[in-house]
Amino acid sequence: MTVTAPDHAPPAEVPKSSGTRLVDRVFKMRELAILVVFLVMIAVTQAGNSEFLSEQGIKDLLLNATILVLVATGQSLVVITRNVDLSVGSTLGISAFAAGTCLHGGGNAVVAIALAVLLGVGCGLLNGLLVSLGQVPALVVTLGTLYIIRGIDSIWVGSRQITAADLPGGFVDFGSGGLSAIPWLALIALAVLLATAYYLKHFGSGRELYALGSNPEAARLAGIPVRKRILAAYTVCGALAGLAGALYLARFGNVDSGTGNGYELTVVSAVVVGGVAFTGGSGSVYGAALGGLLLTSINSVLPALGVSSVWVLAINGVLLLLAIAVDRIVALRVAAALKKRKARHA
Amino acid sequence: MTHPPDPGPAPVLALRDVSKSFGAVRALRGVSLELFPGEVHALAGENGAGKSTLIKTLAGVHRPDAGQVLLDGEPVAFHGPGDARDAGIAVIYQEPTLFPDLSIAENIFMGRQPRRALGRIDHKATHAATAALMRRLGVDLDPDRPARGLSIADQQIVEIAKALSFDARVLIMDEPTAALTGSEVARLFGVVRTLGEQGAVVLFISHRLEEIFQICRRVTTLRDGAWIASEPVDGMTEDDLVRRMVGRDLDELYPKQDVTPGDVALSVRRLTREGVFTDVSFEVRRGEIVGLAGLVGAGRTEVARAVFGVDRWDAGEVDVDGRRLTNGAPSTAMAAGLALVPEDRRAQGLVMDMSIERNIGLTGLRTTVKAGLVDRGAERSRSLDWAVKLQVKYARIADAVSTLSGGNQQKVVLAKWLATGPKVLIVDEPTRGIDVGTKAEVHRLLSQLAADGVAVLMISSDLPEILGMADRVLVMHEGRITAEIPRSDATEETVMAAATGRAAA
Repeated sequence: MTVTAPDHAPPAEVPKSSGTRLVDRVFKMRELAILVVFLVMIAVTQAGNSEFLSEQGIKDLLLNATILVLVATGQSLVVITRNVDLSVGSTLGISAFAAGTCLHGGGNAVVAIALAVLLGVGCGLLNGLLVSLGQVPALVVTLGTLYIIRGIDSIWVGSRQITAADLPGGFVDFGSGGLSAIPWLALIALAVLLATAYYLKHFGSGRELYALGSNPEAARLAGIPVRKRILAAYTVCGALAGLAGALYLARFGNVDSGTGNGYELTVVSAVVVGGVAFTGGSGSVYGAALGGLLLTSINSVLPALGVSSVWVLAINGVLLLLAIAVDRIVALRVAAALKKRKARHA
Repeated sequence: MTHPPDPGPAPVLALRDVSKSFGAVRALRGVSLELFPGEVHALAGENGAGKSTLIKTLAGVHRPDAGQVLLDGEPVAFHGPGDARDAGIAVIYQEPTLFPDLSIAENIFMGRQPRRALGRIDHKATHAATAALMRRLGVDLDPDRPARGLSIADQQIVEIAKALSFDARVLIMDEPTAALTGSEVARLFGVVRTLGEQGAVVLFISHRLEEIFQICRRVTTLRDGAWIASEPVDGMTEDDLVRRMVGRDLDELYPKQDVTPGDVALSVRRLTREGVFTDVSFEVRRGEIVGLAGLVGAGRTEVARAVFGVDRWDAGEVDVDGRRLTNGAPSTAMAAGLALVPEDRRAQGLVMDMSIERNIGLTGLRTTVKAGLVDRGAERSRSLDWAVKLQVKYARIADAVSTLSGGNQQKVVLAKWLATGPKVLIVDEPTRGIDVGTKAEVHRLLSQLAADGVAVLMISSDLPEILGMADRVLVMHEGRITAEIPRSDATEETVMAAATGRAAA
């Protein structure tokens, strides 16, 4: 009726891409914020205790973070698809013991690590199949496999224990050695982290993990092989938990049937503190890794400042709630900003 | 601009004598349709006429029981939405399905991104291709912006761009304008015309008749699953079209009894919920049916929820039968005699896995509970009583409501609330997605209730329903009541003008 203009109606448009920049900034800020918190914490500690950042101090900081970063990287893949893997602690424990048994029997270190990874892949496949085929919430499925894997571990291990004395010297040295202040283990974790981040950004199947976490129904309509992708995410998560088990053995040299007990909650905390949304579809493995670094550093910071380590758990909890609160507030503000612009537009 | 209908080219896509049944419901009965290149073709029909089934048949979601789908004159069998998409058929639904966390470019090319060596995504090429699509559509959307927060109109543009990106030849748009503002509709129509000029076929579904006359070249009308006519729009009037769509006495479907309104039963004054609705005031009298019309997202449902106490309001007052209601307290609203039949019966109105008997019984627990225990006998007799009154069709009263048809589920929700003996009944989209027969029954029931002295507030997006049933029509636009129209003056024109914010003449 009023419309007679052909072609494109005049777009009385929004200033271009201001929405993009705003949202972009917020999400980049999310990882930056953790980094800043981490650096401030380290600076304050260093100011209070000049011994803190000695070569050994840095090395300890990195070594402590390594295993958590690895498992958190795997966990992020799963959380991005709007799922969760609670069995990573059990997987880590059983693969650490398997690697230890292999080495104790005179096995090659590479074979032992490969064995741990393979065991992890097996656990991941089990989870992935149950979640993707069973159409059962991941929380419940992986809670089940947490107990199953832990149970098998307990039956197999019994009251046995593997100590550093059972392991070849070279393997233990590898666990504590490194390039001056940078441990070998941390380099492995860093390599895995970089590769995963690159995969997520530059490969179609990586982007599809975000897509199916963001809107599963739309993912199905877009022809994304949803089950296959979820299975793959769980498999990689399991593999990294298995690798982390082997590195745990190298680092601590001490494994029994309780190894990794309750670790899944630390991992999930690291992922959430790192800004990977539990509702799927957003966040990065860099964030998760930074979250892991932050959480483990608190363990070293408090003793260095003369605070009892009994505070660690409570502080971790506060950080977690803080991270979720920040995410919620940011989400609300972004929504409000976008809405306001839309209103102005209309 | 409108080309004369030219019989030259062969149809790109056609249906020949297609039938489809769901159980006992015959959704399509021998329907034929031909879509020619470059034409914008309207599909008209009332709710339940079979439009959705027809679209889903073309989109590969449903397979016809009988008849053929012809692509370029050749019979094809689509085994799923993927097949139809590969054949160049794209469907844009009223509520687009996007990935809110991903960028516009990624939304368009998900699964089909341009690649570099080693299978890596070429982000630059993706961005450039998206920018090119946006230029072709004549819109200014940043390809890197995330889809979260886009207006429905912009989300539809993204869906259209997606369809173009895989060279769709047939674009099916299912009520794309239902949630758009006037200027957004103008932009969408600009895009649709451009697509038509470029040789694409657009099948356009809208309940706004003037839009059909504005943009379409031919129109196919369906009624009760049957094909009625396919004809050029030129030379037709809206009345002609309505007659083809309705084809029956309107009184039959909308059995409104004349009543003399009594005392004020529901009084809402200056009700405001920040950012949702503003300064909403109205009254509903005993015996009256008041229609609340407006576009999707105008705030109608939100007002109903606030009045009932499910959501809090920031300012204003609500009285039911002279009793002031407490903000955010459904239990006091119920005690005052208010009942709300919600929009989404599956999620909000019913416990799907529970029996009919228990669903109806839920609202009566106050009266059927004795000494802390539910009196099952009383619950059953009360439920049976209402199920029979409303002619719910069921095998056993102990069956789960999920086994019932949509229309019968709606009757159970109504029974559940009528069993409370309400003085004021708010119904939100009471006949959405139910068949014509049951629809007429629901209307008769509402009319009967009003005649018995209940005050009824009926929210509906179904304009004929509003016009057929309401004594007065309130129209909401962007959170405000923009018009109050008495039954005698209410027409599609006056209501739509107020609903879309175009000042009534």
